[in-house]
Amino acid sequence: MRQRVRSAWLFLAPMLLVLAAAAGWPLARTVYFSFTDASLSDLDARQWVGFANYVSVLRMPSGRVIYDGLLLDPVWWGAVWNTVRFAVVSVTCETILGMVVALVLNAEFPGRGIVRAAILIPWAVPTIVSAKMWQWMLNDQFGIINVVLINLGLIDHKIAWTASADTAMAAVLIVDIWKTTPFMALLILAALQMLPREIIEVARLDGANPWQIFWRVTVPLIRPAVMVAVIFRALDALRIFDLIYVLTPNNAHTKSMSVFARENLFEFDKFAYGSAASTLLFLILALLTILTIRIGRISLEGGR
Amino acid sequence: MWLLKRIAFYLLIGAIVLIAVFPFYYAIVTSLKSGTALFQADPWPKAPSLGNYRNVLAEGAFVHNLLNSLVVSGAVVALSLFLGVTAAYALARIRFRGRSALLFAILWVSMFPQVAVLAGLFELVRMFGLYNSLFALIFSYMIFTLPFTVWVLTAFVRDLPVEVEEAAILDGATPWIIITRIFLPLMWPALATTGLLAFIGAWNEFLFALTFTSNDARRTVPVAIALLSGNSQFEIPWGNIMAASVIVTVPLVVLVLIFQRKIVSGLTAGGVKG
Repeated sequence: MRQRVRSAWLFLAPMLLVLAAAAGWPLARTVYFSFTDASLSDLDARQWVGFANYVSVLRMPSGRVIYDGLLLDPVWWGAVWNTVRFAVVSVTCETILGMVVALVLNAEFPGRGIVRAAILIPWAVPTIVSAKMWQWMLNDQFGIINVVLINLGLIDHKIAWTASADTAMAAVLIVDIWKTTPFMALLILAALQMLPREIIEVARLDGANPWQIFWRVTVPLIRPAVMVAVIFRALDALRIFDLIYVLTPNNAHTKSMSVFARENLFEFDKFAYGSAASTLLFLILALLTILTIRIGRISLEGGR
Repeated sequence: MWLLKRIAFYLLIGAIVLIAVFPFYYAIVTSLKSGTALFQADPWPKAPSLGNYRNVLAEGAFVHNLLNSLVVSGAVVALSLFLGVTAAYALARIRFRGRSALLFAILWVSMFPQVAVLAGLFELVRMFGLYNSLFALIFSYMIFTLPFTVWVLTAFVRDLPVEVEEAAILDGATPWIIITRIFLPLMWPALATTGLLAFIGAWNEFLFALTFTSNDARRTVPVAIALLSGNSQFEIPWGNIMAASVIVTVPLVVLVLIFQRKIVSGLTAGGVKG
């Protein structure tokens, strides 16, 4: 037995080493950099500055006091607000639409296999490709969406979907929802197909209408599985980078926390400041994960 | 009433299929248009031509990018499956202290925002002279493929019957023999699923590839497509971009459609059970 335990650690060692080197160590270094004044051009010439990247207080000779730092940076809080807004709206829409698609696929009709295959296409398209595809369809001059909407008389002038302040976030949401609803639908469908048919039969025999069956029987039974999917998606949405970076470049109305952090790290030559933003993003996500695992403990076990 | 419901149901199905398929269909259509036809929003190409594909492939860099993506994704799959199988055996079949804590830690790593490790990874990559090399990508991609692979494979091994292994232990087989001779042949379905999902993840990755490579020849396809531009910002070569997009996406769509069921079961194992 002891030999088996020893071989267990031997088998685990390579995997743990790789994870420690690719995740643990870099994370620790990011946190460390956030307390220094490191710059991209020379990472080694750095000094410990404490919390100055987060909050700093500067006393001018004239007696004026200037507060600075990430925690007082309106651009950062704008990015936080954008990310949270994006995550809440996209996950809500994906869950509702995913439920609709899953219910459709759970019904029996000719050609169901083809529909399910079609659903998988948005999921299979790489994020960057879907960003480019939609950028082209949403193009202000030549995009097919503007052309169709004008021909239908729904709008009277061409809209610069990805550039203008009012619509950029909507464009990001449309593409994300298009791409991720299939994932939700498939997870919900898997949960639906594990439901024992008898329960629904019994409810129907008792005279419950489809609406009641859905809300009183189906939803409570699949809720644990759906909650797990929602948590996964929400954590994913909160770290969004690639779609926003490619679809709406340099747009303050869609800039997410991840985009803000990378921008400071590698484009603005504020490596330490970007590290501080990365650290805060990590803390926010870690807190949310712990919270959801605490609250969702029942549902995690119920899902099995 | 019954008929009306039926019609509404099929309309809903039609809408779902149209929305799911149209954007990719339109990308294919655009990739076949050339000249001024590009700027007319016709839903089909009036004079289809392969000119855009010829342009993209003749440029040279794009072929390099495709090869880079293939090498990186292939290596990532091989490495994460190798590390995943041995770890999964230990995690699923051998009782030791701290096992469930370890599983939770691994799950936790898969929730890491990639940006949070970006600064530290950058330092590491530069320190080992891996900047602008494919090794940097293979190494950094472990952060998202490995936890997932370990988690799904562990769940799979746990569900295999204990008897197969007990007989081997009685015969004095070492754990290494047990893994290679007994578990590996049984694990093909799970390996195919996790391997495929790891491949897709690596094929699509953008943030690390954008940050750790600096010239055209070393880029992977997603970065190449994102940065594909014309002579000025008013001359975006949409035809070329769409042709490149189609080239990159078609293999994935084909794979996903062939392995539909496996992928769905892999996603539910990783999502619902996780």
